[in-house]
Order: sequence, then structure tokens, then C-alpha cells
Amino acid sequence: MITAAGVPSTSPRRIRWGQLGMPAVIVLMMVAFGSENPNFWSATNIANVSRQASTLALISIGQTFAILSAGIDLSVGSLLALVSVVCAQEMLRFGVVGGMVAGVLAGGLAGLVNGVLIAKARVPAFIATLGMLVAARGVALTLSGGLPIGGLPRAFLVVGAGYWGPFPIPTVIAAVAFAGAHLVLSRTVFGRYVYAMGSNEEAAVLSGINVVKHKILVYVASGLFAGVAGVVLTSRVVSGQPTLGETQELYSIAAVVIGGGKITGGVGGMGKTLMGVLVLAILSNGLNLIQVSSYVQNIVIGAIIVGAVYIDLARERRR
Amino acid sequence: MYAPDAGEIHVDGRKVRIRHPHDAQALGISTIHQELNLAPDLSVAENIFLGREPMLSRALGVVDRRALMQRTRQILASLDLQVPPDAKVKDLGVAEQQMVEIAKALSLESRLIVMDEPTSALTSREIDRLFATIRELKRRGVAIVYISHRLDEVKALGDRATILRDGGLVSTVEVAETPIDELIRLMVGRDLKDKFPKANVEPGEEGLRVEHLTRTGVLHDVSFHVRRGEILGLAGLVGAKRTETARAIFGADPLDWGRILVHGTPVTIGSPRDAIRHRIALIPEDRKRQGILASMSVRENITLSSLPRFARAGVVDFGRERAHAREYATSLRVATPDLERQVVYLSGGNQQKVVIAKWLSTDADVFLFDEPTRGIDVGAKVEVYQLMNDLVRRGAAIVMISSELPEILGMSDRILVMRDGRIVGEFDRRDATEERILECALRGAPVPSPDLHGARA
Repeated sequence: MITAAGVPSTSPRRIRWGQLGMPAVIVLMMVAFGSENPNFWSATNIANVSRQASTLALISIGQTFAILSAGIDLSVGSLLALVSVVCAQEMLRFGVVGGMVAGVLAGGLAGLVNGVLIAKARVPAFIATLGMLVAARGVALTLSGGLPIGGLPRAFLVVGAGYWGPFPIPTVIAAVAFAGAHLVLSRTVFGRYVYAMGSNEEAAVLSGINVVKHKILVYVASGLFAGVAGVVLTSRVVSGQPTLGETQELYSIAAVVIGGGKITGGVGGMGKTLMGVLVLAILSNGLNLIQVSSYVQNIVIGAIIVGAVYIDLARERRR
Repeated sequence: MYAPDAGEIHVDGRKVRIRHPHDAQALGISTIHQELNLAPDLSVAENIFLGREPMLSRALGVVDRRALMQRTRQILASLDLQVPPDAKVKDLGVAEQQMVEIAKALSLESRLIVMDEPTSALTSREIDRLFATIRELKRRGVAIVYISHRLDEVKALGDRATILRDGGLVSTVEVAETPIDELIRLMVGRDLKDKFPKANVEPGEEGLRVEHLTRTGVLHDVSFHVRRGEILGLAGLVGAKRTETARAIFGADPLDWGRILVHGTPVTIGSPRDAIRHRIALIPEDRKRQGILASMSVRENITLSSLPRFARAGVVDFGRERAHAREYATSLRVATPDLERQVVYLSGGNQQKVVIAKWLSTDADVFLFDEPTRGIDVGAKVEVYQLMNDLVRRGAAIVMISSELPEILGMSDRILVMRDGRIVGEFDRRDATEERILECALRGAPVPSPDLHGARA
């Protein structure tokens, strides 16, 4: 599923060296970190990294839809907090499943508001979701009174801490979500329209695509993925937390562009975004293991975000 | 704006090199473009002196506002222009904005002002005002190059007229000694070469009829019909609102009034989706902005408007989609190494074929072609004409907007001429000549509009 060429080519398959760049970088990073600290390859570490990365992975899926359609979703970080608070509060009332469903729906609803503002009221996506970033955090703090919500049922903890065979459940959820989103994006009419809107919205409208409807769907999807991510995160921290997810929206944007998605839309994909998520996850874990301070880590990650996009642009210019 | 590959420019008898608009400005040459180059949120004064503001302190970048206003007032007064110097440009009318551009040119002490179609957005009162200003400038010794396709304006203002055609010089004449008919003849000039493989098809029943299409300030009671098997040419000058007519029919622009009938049945079209449902296709004028999706593949572009047809429960059947795209790419002879090539890497002609293939993939049998051969090479042009022939042979009705008269004459069965959002003339293929069409487009008096009856469908 990692092959970026989701769309089958008509010419016989050739090895596309250009698309091997990212996987090669990831392998190199893994080899380097592994040789510096053998713990990098331990089962425990790999499980932990993938568990931690699952939140970013899930919100990056939604971000991919948004950015591909030439939009952006700045609200996903705050939605984690909103979802977490709603999920915990409803869980105390309606039980585990009720809480989880409520959490996911809260994300979807916020996404619907984003989508209607952007597609119908034509508020620029950056502004609409910036407003939601601020407001959703406010709702989370209001609902919770600013305090964590504890006392969640033990059964819920399996979502964040459990295993399915050797795999942590959050990892499994993120992997299934990525696979599903990849199929939707590459195989469905909706997926094609997402690319079309991002490639040339005016031409898409003139080609008869219902841009309003599909744009709304994009932001609903992003909200729903933030909902799933928020529920998983709530389980991992064993409480509803109104302060979760700050700046996570920025890392999800970083994941999309590091993987090779174009910030102006039309170019990218779930495979590429997954590469971006892996780069960010492996990098921060590896730097931790070789004891680089978190301050310095930020410098490195910042440089990588810009560097990855620069390399992409430079390659495009040479074509 | 553009650097010449060859040639010389002389100013005041001296040969000069102009590589940049700054060079022209330094030589006292200003250009007023069709689309005005003003900063809408800045004041009149700030626009006139943009980048050359009188300074209190150059080091600190502090503008001397009093001097700025004072000097602006002087310039405006010299033009007899009643506009406050601190008014924002976006709050002014188009004519006043144009005057601000002229004021800016004067403040630069320009001795040559180039005006490119300056009256295209003006009312007749505003035009009189502009002409008075131009005559005043002339009296002050400013030279003016006035670019226009409105020959009455050339007659009213010009001393000498230079006629260009297809980027080459045709002739320079004394305006006073040259009648308008002669100017038109010089503008047309060329012989109709047989580059148009027109198919003879007997037109059948009515394909599309539009009645009283009206959009305030844009379209005025536009009515016409086109039959199956017929190509209706829509001629007119730039700004005659032909594109707007096609977009209104296609649901891309709103209509205040009017009725659209497809195959005799009134239809409601509120969006391009509705138009496509009623089997109308629009091949737009601006291929890059409105036609192709540059970052997507040939296959994806061809099937974009008909994609649900290749899908089951929203999932695309790639086998069928690819087979369809291959069939159309082959039959239209799209030159591409493979169907997955991004359209941006194709030539203009091949991009246009991809756009046409997209519309052939729908059920459309009413085709609106807006400048179908703009910017594509001669070979591809003939192929596009052949495609139109195939379409009419299969019973499609075609409306073809074109600014190239030979194309209009070569491919149309019937020709409508538009001017300022109105239909001002109709010609049969047999009695149409370039001269007659051009004369109609240039001088055509609007047809008096009948009372508007009937509700919009």
C-alpha cells in the first residue's frame, strides 16, 4: 500500500526512481539510528513509536484530503481536545461505545461546520479552520471547566494501550485508516474529484463537478479522522483533556508536505503522507534515543520541513 | 513589458533601448492598459506618486503627506478632474480611475502616452470627457498612441492611423483622407485560403434555442437558435460578450432573464452540472484556467465529466475508464506517450483535443465552442475542424465563438454578430464576407429590444 503509484499506469511498470527517494531516506535514517543505539530496533521501541505516531497519522489523513483539494485544515489539533472532552463526558454517561461514538461525531460535526463555511459561505479554508482552531479549544475548555475528566471505564483503556497480536491497537487503527483512505482517494469518484478541485477548481466546476458538496465532504472526513484520533488519544492519556493536541495541526501539514504533497493542492496522496508521518515519527524517536535534546530536535525538524519541500521544488524545476 | 527580438526604437530622433517598463518611464513614455494598473486600496495621491512619493526624510521613509496632496491637487486641477486626492481608487468609477492613470502619466512628465483600448469600459459621456482630455494633452505637445478597434474613435481623434494585422504592419494612413470603409478593407486584407474543411450537412430539427437572455449590464435580450447539424458562428470584437453568452447558457454565469430550450424543451440551468444533464458542453476559451486540469493525467482529464459512468457504487472501474480514455485519445489523435502523462506536458493543440475528448465522453449534443483553435498550431486546427464536422454529421448542434473571421466564415453555416451584449446582425454563410461582418461588429447599431415577455425557464 506504500507504493505511491496507486493509479495503475498504462505503460508497463517501470521502476520510478524518483518515487524511491523518500523510502530510501527513511531506511537510511533507521539504519543510522539503529547503529547509534541498538534499542531503536527493539520490539518495545517500535511498538511505542508506532503507537505515538498514530495520532499524527490519523489527523494527517484528514489533512491530506484538505490540502489535496487546495484547502487546509488548521483545526485538527484543537479538535483532538474537543473530541477528547466530549468523548470522556459522554462515556461517563452512556458507556464506552457511546462515548467513542460521541467523540467521533463531535469531530465530524466540527468538520461539517468547517466545510459549510468554506464551500457554501466561501470563507477561505485558512480562515475558517483558523477560527475553528480557536473556537474548538474554547468549547473544550468550557465543557470541561478547564480540568481533565478522569474516572473512565477500564474497558476503554484497551483502545490506547491494548495489542492485537504483536501490534498496538492504535497502530492497527491508523494502518487500517490509511489503507481505507488510500483506496478512497485512488479508486473512488470522490477521490478523483478531490484531486480535480485541487488541480483547477474553476475547470472542475465547468466540468460539472459538484464542488460545494465534495468540499464539504473533505472537511467532514478530516473532522471524522480527528475524531478517531481524539478517541484513541483520550484512551492513551486515560482522561478527557482540554489541552491535548496543541500545534498538532502544524505537524500534520508538515507530514503532508514532507511526503511530497503540494501545499497548493492537486498533488500528493496517502502513500506520500504516510512517508511524511514516518519521517517525523522516526526522526523524533531516533533523536531521543541518541539523546539529542528536544530543543535541538525542533531545529532539525524545522529544517527538514523546509528542506523536503525545497528538494521537491528543485526536482520539479529541472523537469 | 516584452523585449523585442529585433528592431529599433527611436525617441526624439535618438535610438534607445527599452528593456523594462522603467526604461520607458525614464524616456517619458507611459502606457495606460486596458486593465488598469492601480492599487485599489490606496488613495488617488498615493497611486499617482506610487514609488516616487515626496519625502520628509528619505532615510526614515517618511512621506511628506502635505506635499503629496498639494502636488496631486495641482495635477488633478490641470486635468479639470473633480476628485479628492485622498479618495480611495476603488471608490472611483472606471472613468475616473482612467483619469487617475492619465494624471499619473502626466506627473511622470510623459511626452508619449500609449493608450490601449481606453474606452472599453467607459460610457459615452465618459468617453467625451476622455476625448476632451486627450485633445488637451495633444495641445500641450504630448504625443499619443491610441490603440483601438473602434474606428469611429480613430476617426474622431487620430491624425494618422497605423493598421497592424497578425503582428505585421499593413499601412499607415492620414486619417482625414481615409474613409472608414478603406480602413476596414486594410484591416481584413487577406484572402480566404482553403484551410477550412467544411462538411456539408443538411441541418435538421432545432437543437438549442435561447430567448431574451438578459443579464444587467452584460447581456441584452440575446435570442437565437441553432439546429442539429448546423454550426452557428458567433462573431464580434473582444468585449462583445460572446463568452458571457456561452457561459450564461452553460450555467456558469447567472442570468436575470431569459429562456433556454434544448431540443424544443424548456430547461432550467443553474449550474454547469445542469447544463451537462441537458446534454450541453462548453469548450472554454481559456484552456489553461478553465479547460485542463494541468496536474492530472490525460486519462483523468478525458473522463472527468463522465466519471460516474465508469464507476459502480462510487468506485471507479479502471479497466473501463482506461479503455474509454484510450479509445478517445486514439480517435482524436492526442499525441502523448501514454495516458498517464500529466496534461501540462502536452502541446496546446493536444491539450485542446483532451478537453474536446472530455466533452465527447459526455452525452452532449449541443456544443458551445469558445475560441476552439486559439493558440494551437495549424495542423491541430484542421483536426479540430474535422472533429466539429464529425459532430454535426452525428446530429450535434454547434455554436462556435471565434475572433478569427476566416474561421467564422470557413466553418459556420450561419453567422451572428454581437456587439456590447447584443445581437446586431445575422448572415447566411453565402452572403457573409469579412468586410460585412467586421463592419457590422464595428458599427452595428443595436437592434431595438422588444418588450420582455415570458418568465425565465
